[in-house]
Amino acid sequence: MKRLGLLLVWLLAVGAAPVRLITDISQNRIDIVYTFKGAELLVFGAIQYPRGSVPDERPGLAIVVRGPAEPITLRKKARVAGIWINTASVRFETAPGFYAVATSAPIKTLVDERNAAIWEIGVDYLQLSPSTGGGTEVDEFTRGLVDLRRRTGLWSEQEGRVGITQNILYQARITIPAAVPVGAYTAEIYLIRHGKVIARSATPITIDKSGFERWVYVAAQTQGLAYGFVAVWLALVAGWVASLIVRRT
Amino acid sequence: MTLYLPIAELSVNWIVIVGLGALVGFLSGMFGVGGGFLTTPLLIFYGIPPAVAVASSATQITGSSVSGALAYWRRGGVDFKMGGVLVAGGFIGAALGSVLFRWLQQLGQIDVTINLVYVLLLGTVGGLMLRESLATMRRTARGVVPARHRHNPFIAALPWKMRFYKSGLYISPLAPLALGAIVGILTVSLGVGGGFIMVPAMIYLLGMSTNTVLGTSLFQIIFVTAATTMLHSVESQTVDIILAGLLLIGGVIGAQLGVRAAQRLSPVRLRLGLALILLAVAIRLAIGLTLRPAELFSIFGPA
Repeated sequence: MKRLGLLLVWLLAVGAAPVRLITDISQNRIDIVYTFKGAELLVFGAIQYPRGSVPDERPGLAIVVRGPAEPITLRKKARVAGIWINTASVRFETAPGFYAVATSAPIKTLVDERNAAIWEIGVDYLQLSPSTGGGTEVDEFTRGLVDLRRRTGLWSEQEGRVGITQNILYQARITIPAAVPVGAYTAEIYLIRHGKVIARSATPITIDKSGFERWVYVAAQTQGLAYGFVAVWLALVAGWVASLIVRRT
Repeated sequence: MTLYLPIAELSVNWIVIVGLGALVGFLSGMFGVGGGFLTTPLLIFYGIPPAVAVASSATQITGSSVSGALAYWRRGGVDFKMGGVLVAGGFIGAALGSVLFRWLQQLGQIDVTINLVYVLLLGTVGGLMLRESLATMRRTARGVVPARHRHNPFIAALPWKMRFYKSGLYISPLAPLALGAIVGILTVSLGVGGGFIMVPAMIYLLGMSTNTVLGTSLFQIIFVTAATTMLHSVESQTVDIILAGLLLIGGVIGAQLGVRAAQRLSPVRLRLGLALILLAVAIRLAIGLTLRPAELFSIFGPA
């Protein structure tokens, strides 16, 4: 809060030409260690108005935190000869591994369709680049994907959850679930007026495994053979120790 | 209570995993099976990615087989010559299995195939064991000593016969080689030791004397599951050491309790119990295959 206060004082004193967004995040780096149960990011900042003239109108804001996009294949089960097996599939080239948006108002009223599509504000406006099948099938698969990702907490929309103070300061909490993919994330803030994005800022966030977990992961990826030997050796030792215990009792 | 698994990339309740290992260890101590056929489906059910569950379960089986095999070895219950042939077959099967596994993964049919093969195998083996143990119980009730049937005519006709003194056999090594290979395929693709197939096959098809069957099958399982761990580590990086370690801790404790429980029960009752467990798992999986799944869509990672 002290940081926010200083920011506010500085903003009122300086003032500059275009509307600008100044952002900070509670953590620029999330380390996944053995106790990792998920995290909560506090994204906060201030709107810097030209000549310090704060409008009476409450500003519209959308805060988007997104993870690395990766190609995935979505398969749908269908009944074949009495059992359910995977049949049709659609490949999505750019599905983000994590996507959370918090807004100051319902997305439908906050931003117009065009701007929502350009800046990907809202889960329904994500550009997933589906690459097989045609028309209705793709729509159905897209809905299926959105539904799956929403339920695992990897994609979320929190409408009306951006707190705004004195039309200048803003803040939102973004929940990061434990099953989050690692990689380079960004926190994007969009200032929206009459349905159009008039200012934006982006801040990088890194989510990565740390300490022992990272060490194990890197070893598995780069030293497959040695990792395998260690795994087998551990299993053999555990079995041998167990047989000693059994013999003694 | 939660612990993050670095390879599976999710947080688990470690008490649940250790408990799972203990349950499976209890069964393996009690029935002399590795218990992979329970570990893999239960891990997948808990939310561990199937590939990680299969690979890490193989690592755990190595550990639980070592303590069993050592105990049988001290009592002279391991036929190393027969074991060697089975291991050679197992390595061939593991190599074939990993090719098959990757092909099915690309087709997107790996989970359905795993479930279907489980239903067929567990259903068949469980059904046969149930029939056999019930028949034995009825016969002993009537006081008739069962005649041991040996020498399957097809296997007796195979060429290049060898003597396996410890098992009391004079048969072609091709039969155990093929058996080892089939088990090897299952180990790589399903994350099972394969004892539940190998033990009945050794008794009923090869006609091995029962005192070397369990020790020799465990001997084969150690080598083939170790090779499987290496294969998965190098090719797909899906062995989660932390997960395997948790399962091992539970398995060690459970196995001891299982061995003690087994000493109070007759072998026929044990076989009956195992048959019922196998059938229960098969039925549960069959229901899962035929009922409309709650989730029609599933995500497959970058491929």
